[in-house]
Amino acid sequence: MTLTLALVQILNGLQFGLILFLIAAGLTLVFGVMDFINLAHGVQYMVGAYFVAAFTAMTGSFLYGLALALPAALGFGLLLEVLIFRHLYDRSHLDQVLATFGVIIFLNQAVKFVWGAAPLNVPIPDALSGTIEIADGMLYPVYRLVIIAVGLGVGLALYLVVNKTKLGMLVRAGASNAAMVSALGVNIRLLFTIVFGVGAMLAGFAGAMVAPILSVEPGMGDNVLILAFVVIVIGGIGSIRGAFIAALLIGLVDTLGRFFAPTLLKLLLDPSTASQTGRAIAPMLIYILMAAVLFFRPSGLFPSKH
Amino acid sequence: MAVNDLIDLNASPALGVPARARRVVILPLIIFVLFALVPLAGLWGSQGFVLSIVTRIMVLALAAMSLDLLIGYGAMISFGHAAFVGLGAYSVAILSSHGITDGFVHLGVALSVSFVFALITGAISLRTKGVYFIMITLAFGQMLYFLGTSLAAYGGDDGLTLASRSTLLGSKLLKNDVVLYYVVFGFLLGAYLLLRGIVASRFGRVLRGIRENPVRMEAIGFAPYRYQLTAYVIAGMIAAVAGCLLANQTEFVSPAYASWQRSGDLIFAIVLGGLGSLHGAIIGAAAFSLLADILSHYTEHWALLFGPILILVVLFARGGIGGLLGSKS
Repeated sequence: MTLTLALVQILNGLQFGLILFLIAAGLTLVFGVMDFINLAHGVQYMVGAYFVAAFTAMTGSFLYGLALALPAALGFGLLLEVLIFRHLYDRSHLDQVLATFGVIIFLNQAVKFVWGAAPLNVPIPDALSGTIEIADGMLYPVYRLVIIAVGLGVGLALYLVVNKTKLGMLVRAGASNAAMVSALGVNIRLLFTIVFGVGAMLAGFAGAMVAPILSVEPGMGDNVLILAFVVIVIGGIGSIRGAFIAALLIGLVDTLGRFFAPTLLKLLLDPSTASQTGRAIAPMLIYILMAAVLFFRPSGLFPSKH
Repeated sequence: MAVNDLIDLNASPALGVPARARRVVILPLIIFVLFALVPLAGLWGSQGFVLSIVTRIMVLALAAMSLDLLIGYGAMISFGHAAFVGLGAYSVAILSSHGITDGFVHLGVALSVSFVFALITGAISLRTKGVYFIMITLAFGQMLYFLGTSLAAYGGDDGLTLASRSTLLGSKLLKNDVVLYYVVFGFLLGAYLLLRGIVASRFGRVLRGIRENPVRMEAIGFAPYRYQLTAYVIAGMIAAVAGCLLANQTEFVSPAYASWQRSGDLIFAIVLGGLGSLHGAIIGAAAFSLLADILSHYTEHWALLFGPILILVVLFARGGIGGLLGSKS
């Protein structure tokens, strides 16, 4: 019984980690290539979720909704890039942080203005709404398995693009020394626009994928953004591989921590204190993990800058 | 580090030293005299409203000033400074809920807790540089925020209403808004003088030297880490004092006090006032609060205007209000 429960938690953690990876991938590449810290990356996730909610309601089908939401998220990201972010690349990190913080304030309110403050629900597509028996008597929703599969697929695709193609080579080179790549005749601004667009779309995609299992609400991107920061800091800024490993680590530690911390503490404390302390400690685990990683490796697990 | 161009200290070489020195004294003097006179607004009958707004501005200014020591003078961009405000506020609330209502105890506990938290998180965060530092301070701030939301015994997400304000040696003096106002005023003035002393001292000059060029400072025999950590701890403890005062003013605490949005507000306030100027932080805090108040007065969707204003300030008004007034200390 406990074993199958643990299996379910591991799957949940995996799914959470893969969603984090989709968000962190864009963030880490954008930062790695352009030295641009984009707090507004979290709102891309939120906007993706809202787009899929709106388009699903419009077309009546989640798949069509998703197919429309992806280019919309891409376009939206590029629009922000042209309007605001482009003017920030040469500015200090402080300016970048503040201006993108302003974008968050604006967009969190804007979605409230357009879609209302109440959470929206997106129905799980019928074909994927069932459950599967993953162990004796233990059912697991198909849709969550789909998220895991899709997340792994995107991760693999990203890995291949970044490590096996010419574009990927340029991205890696840009992350390790942007000025040199530019001096060698590569249009680094174009490269960055591509990276930025892909990153924004991946974050939007993550938001769209979780829309059916979470409520779509204003500010939903903020917490995810912080977690994505934790992921790329642990993984090493600019490293896709680092982001992937760190995202799974964070997803699993967070999910399993919330589940097991109260249980484990019961061995030491009386049940009510244990469940209370457990619930208080569990959300802090990933930050403690981050602090520990940085204490030993201040540039993360896979630093890409030289 | 590119922060430097934003906080260029040699901003006005044409300005004669006496004129500059005069401005550095006169502007803060005007600010504090104005603050001291605010309760007289009671003579015109609108005391309660004005007092509460200005008290809040002064609390925000206190926290913003302490953050300016880090960002403006030390180039340490902390995005988790509100966590210390939260620590101070929760020190008051948690102790009060257990029947310990003495303000001096609250202050002592807030200072000790924030000292320990700043020492530990600062020691880890300062091992990193640049953007890693921003993200780590952000993450530590959020860690505290989530701790607050999971403290079910102390209100969790919803926060906790205080039974009463802190008592001072058994007396309920702080219940009076004017007394609270002058207590906050006293702390603001005290912190201002303290920080001014710190900034002007040898320690402060080393800190500014590290901001300009850490490698060179190290080469001439200063260990940047120690100076930065000391500044980090000082700033954290002052922000915790602001948290104590905030809890007393609102008679309510909530994890939102420690959220990263509040940290962003603090950064906005000091950028608005002009980085690297202590009275600029006060002006910025006042401008920030009034802007938010005025906008929210006109529309519930005030953030739709607030966000773009923030972006425009960053893009076009470098140096903030202090820059416009031409005052850099």
